[in-house]
Amino acid sequence: MNVEVRLFATLREGRGKKVYFQLKAGLTPRIIIKELNIQEEDIAILLINGRDGDFDRPLMEGDYLSIFPPVGGG
Amino acid sequence: MFGYKGKVLRVNLKDRTYKVEDLNLHMAKKYIGGRGLGTKMFMDEVDPKVDALSPENKLLVVTGPLTGSPTPTGGRYMVVTKSPLTGTIASSNSGGFWGAQLKFAGYDVIVVEEKADKPVYISIVDGVVEIRDASHIWGKVVSETTDVLEKECGEKSKVMTIGPAGEKLSRLAAIMNDKDRAAGRSGVGAVMGSKNLKAIVVKGSSKVEVKDPDGLKKVFSESLKKIRENGVTGQGLPTYGTAVLVNIINENGVLPTNNFQKSYDDKAEAISGETLAEKYLVKKEACYRCPIACGRYCKVDDIEGGGPEYETIWAYGSDCGVSNLGNIIKANYWCNEMGLDTISAGVTVATAMELYEKGYIRDEEIDGTPLKFGNDEAVIEWTKKMGLREGFGDKLAEGSYRLAEMYGVPELSMSVKKQEIPAYDPRGIQGHGLQYATSNRGGCHVRGYLISPEILGLPEKLDRFKLDGKATWAKAFQDLTAAIDSLGLCLFTSFALGAGDYASLINAVCGTDHTADSIFEAGERIWNIEKLFNLESGVAPSEDKLPKRLLEEPIPEGPSKGWVHKLSDLLPEYYELRGWSKEGIPTDERLEKLGISEDMAKA
Repeated sequence: MNVEVRLFATLREGRGKKVYFQLKAGLTPRIIIKELNIQEEDIAILLINGRDGDFDRPLMEGDYLSIFPPVGGG
Repeated sequence: MFGYKGKVLRVNLKDRTYKVEDLNLHMAKKYIGGRGLGTKMFMDEVDPKVDALSPENKLLVVTGPLTGSPTPTGGRYMVVTKSPLTGTIASSNSGGFWGAQLKFAGYDVIVVEEKADKPVYISIVDGVVEIRDASHIWGKVVSETTDVLEKECGEKSKVMTIGPAGEKLSRLAAIMNDKDRAAGRSGVGAVMGSKNLKAIVVKGSSKVEVKDPDGLKKVFSESLKKIRENGVTGQGLPTYGTAVLVNIINENGVLPTNNFQKSYDDKAEAISGETLAEKYLVKKEACYRCPIACGRYCKVDDIEGGGPEYETIWAYGSDCGVSNLGNIIKANYWCNEMGLDTISAGVTVATAMELYEKGYIRDEEIDGTPLKFGNDEAVIEWTKKMGLREGFGDKLAEGSYRLAEMYGVPELSMSVKKQEIPAYDPRGIQGHGLQYATSNRGGCHVRGYLISPEILGLPEKLDRFKLDGKATWAKAFQDLTAAIDSLGLCLFTSFALGAGDYASLINAVCGTDHTADSIFEAGERIWNIEKLFNLESGVAPSEDKLPKRLLEEPIPEGPSKGWVHKLSDLLPEYYELRGWSKEGIPTDERLEKLGISEDMAKA
């Protein structure tokens, strides 16, 4: 079972739109972010299943992550 | 004279005369400029019950004290009038280069009165005013009109014009400048059309004088640094434009789809800012003195031009069930050429699609492409017909509320005070929904952009489903926004700057003594006079509401599934914070405190 990680805007550069991680015990967004070589300070918004996420919440089957750098508009 | 030019140009189109008056500097200090001063002047001169499309309505074009100054993004102007779409006060704002050029031509404000007997345009060159025949450009699209007038009025002249939509009094008509920048909302283009005024051309060489050049240099550098170092204004917006929002709004499950019947679009990636940059972007565009450069210039097939913005991509994309970004760009192009507000126009097409699919609009009524969700040819064809009021396009030109009302189901219009709601489903963003409902000019996202804290985490992240504190945030954002709109700056600066920064900028330019608190207070003053105008014009406080769908139909799927908007829980606290009665009417006590009562007594 994989966890889908969706990347957006500049975070896609050199990484692609989607990356999959194998789900294992203790897998958290923080671990994934490190594996992707993304600096935590470059992340403005982290969503787990479309809701505000926690960097240290262990991920579960069916979860997907959406990671954004600072974005805005109107 | 610092910041302001101190001059009001008053043009009477009926007898083709004009006069120059001194700007009331006392009122300018109190209501700043742009939206605030424009509303105050309008209220002093025009009966709130005026028919918006009658000669008695006036059209005010108002710059801010920082318009034309070296301040970052200092190029904006505001059109203030009574809206033919909502019946409320309308103040529609635009960037580009026209606003700064009006200051260089010597004026802070233009007041347009009465109606010309034949099409005319106004030329203002270094203080010299002419009212000229416009029969040769009447009926022409925006880019052609601009090209003709730039040639006629000379190098460096800047053109503000209406397209066919404004001439034909569409309630969705925008005023365009620099070809693709729009004072888009509330049908202000129709007011210009109703006066037989096709365009205003400006050109000038005078500068905006600055009180404290050294001080400005310092606060200018500080502001610029903040804007450049901010992730949104320094990176996100310059790289992808406003369309960068498509994905994040969709990932939160609040991207309204098929006229707000859903709030998640599984094809959003195809219309995202990232896809736009990859497939269609030709270049970035910046307004006067703008370090952000969020503007896009795109090309598809034989069509090229400014935009599209996030709002346009959503209105013609997800809201119409369309995922062909190329055709959305074409629809945007035709909105610009016709002079249509892309939000209201796109949402009106989406409303027509729901009416058609539910059997209210019958095949025999529409002489063209079926109005089905997902029909990416329909969005182009019906935009052109809407602009020209051709066939069924005549009904579309009235806007979504009046269209749905014609079929007995006004509740299918996703609008507030008859103005179409923009691209964020308030059921999943409670504070932003409160802002929509209470917006003085009807459904609007730029009167208090609570997407910032509730979705983007700026200046801090709020839980978008919670109600606690949202009334306070809504009021603060609304008040600050009113002040920024009045200064002549772009709202996007507020991603990086705070009230204290704005106070420092206006103080350096004008020699005023503003503080962060007085900036908020000026904003609150402006918000209150707008409300007073609406009440006097007959817009009841009960119009502070959301469409029934958003209050009663839970979001059916996606990350915000199951939510409705809880407006009735939020409104009482909001009214209390505003110091208004439980019914939503400003109290004498609050008007006194804000110094509004004394102005009303003098008027």
